[in-house]
Amino acid sequence: MTEQASPQNTGRRRALKVLGATLGATAFAAAMEPLKAWTADLTLDQFLQRHYRELTKDQLEAVLRRVESDTKAKYGKDVHCEDVRPMEGVEFGYALNLSVCIGCRKCAEACHHENNHDRRTNNSYIRVIEMEQGSLDLEKGNTTYDHAVPAPGKYYMPVQCQQCDNAPCVKVCPVQATWKESDGIVVVDYDWCIGCRYCEAACPYHARRFNWEAPEIAAEDINPEQSYLSNRIRPQGVVEKCTFCLHRTRKGKLPACLEACPTGARVFGNLLDPDSEIRWVLENKRVFVLKEELGTKPRFFYFFDN
Amino acid sequence: MLLTFAGGSTVTQSLRSRWHGGCFCAVVLRCLTCCLLLALAGCNRAPQDRGKAPAPSSKVFSTNIHGPDRLVSVKSQTESSRGGPLRVTCVSCHSARGPRKMPKQASDLKEFHVGFVFQHGNLECSSCHDDAEPHRLLHLATGERVEMPQAMRVCAQCHGPQKRDYDHGAHGGMNGYWDLSRGSRVRNNCVDCHDPHKPAIPQSAPVLPPRDRYLEHAAPNHAAAGAATHPSASESVRNP
Repeated sequence: MTEQASPQNTGRRRALKVLGATLGATAFAAAMEPLKAWTADLTLDQFLQRHYRELTKDQLEAVLRRVESDTKAKYGKDVHCEDVRPMEGVEFGYALNLSVCIGCRKCAEACHHENNHDRRTNNSYIRVIEMEQGSLDLEKGNTTYDHAVPAPGKYYMPVQCQQCDNAPCVKVCPVQATWKESDGIVVVDYDWCIGCRYCEAACPYHARRFNWEAPEIAAEDINPEQSYLSNRIRPQGVVEKCTFCLHRTRKGKLPACLEACPTGARVFGNLLDPDSEIRWVLENKRVFVLKEELGTKPRFFYFFDN
Repeated sequence: MLLTFAGGSTVTQSLRSRWHGGCFCAVVLRCLTCCLLLALAGCNRAPQDRGKAPAPSSKVFSTNIHGPDRLVSVKSQTESSRGGPLRVTCVSCHSARGPRKMPKQASDLKEFHVGFVFQHGNLECSSCHDDAEPHRLLHLATGERVEMPQAMRVCAQCHGPQKRDYDHGAHGGMNGYWDLSRGSRVRNNCVDCHDPHKPAIPQSAPVLPPRDRYLEHAAPNHAAAGAATHPSASESVRNP
């Protein structure tokens, strides 16, 4: 009874073995498939890079140097990329005086240069909307005006990221590639973003931009003072947004859009400092936020002089 | 093992953009591969707290008000070597020959300042300028004489709300640091933005028209409409 292995049995056992080996090999090949996605511009370090908030000091240092060498290789420019952390006791707020904005778009232009935007698309984190006086209907606004400004009967409303305290874009991100920092700025880890664009769809202010292609920008136009979470040149296929110029503001400087404003319509500062300009505006002007009914709790405020 | 697996799953997230679809088995297998790669790369060290930058301390830096050229010089018709019109200081003419009697209106000017446009309420030259030395001195309503660079004191007499907002940083542009414990700030003078003789901000052509992809089809119509009303402005905008 024990030694009755028939040729039939042997055949089935072999067939099962072969099947098992084939399945195993196929599974292994499938498992190794991501390796095929490796291209010249994707190094092992990038492939294995962790989320920004999980990086150790040394790992982050290596990542920053890699960003610099990548920029040198792709764009031919020596840049300085750093990690600028939020300041203790600082929460940023921004206010804009609609009575004096003339719609010149100098803020959008300054953003374009400061944040190393794609030159072909004139990309900027700021859209200036030309609105009918007496109306707050954003749907009837026009962002592509190209006549002399300010035009009679119009007013101008620049819109950028409102750095919401209850940010819909942060909630919808399936991989937590975007989050709110302690100073109120909503940031994106461009190396963690999977490019699903959920955040772009969720934002009621149309404040996020998607990099359909890798930004095209001449070496001499690149702003070399960069930071990981803000104005370093973004890769293709990721979402980007206004960061209140955190590489400037976290060092105490004013944002680029404010410095460019020829009418002084913009007021920026620390909400936690009772003597700051932004606090004076919030306490003394009739301030409102965009789409308040959505409950997004923006940190960007608008006001009229009278 | 748990740690390794957690590491593997986070890396998987980062790779979703590079992978397209696949059955559950494949995902699990990919995960295991990642665990293996991670173990090899030794990336499982615990993240460290990278801390925060220090809070703003005392405001040791100052806020300075810009002194515009306009207060001490006028444009001439000569081209400067750096491009743009050469500016000539008021005193370079007026010190040599001394000012004439100040006219009542801009249209009364006979030499040099000819063609000068004045649109600032019902003011007269002498409302602001000193009678004896109009090129160098202004005066307040009290009669107190002030030097040209202190022109803001003269403006503030009528434009109280603007002065109040300015004093609180809510009117007028600035450059430099919001945090005065780290650096100084330069604020615009009234006269930087407003020509005291014609203070309304003039119309200008906007810069940087958006070129969003979805606007490509809409743009021609709009450009045509813009060109019809403001040909010069739209032209200059479309040819950066």
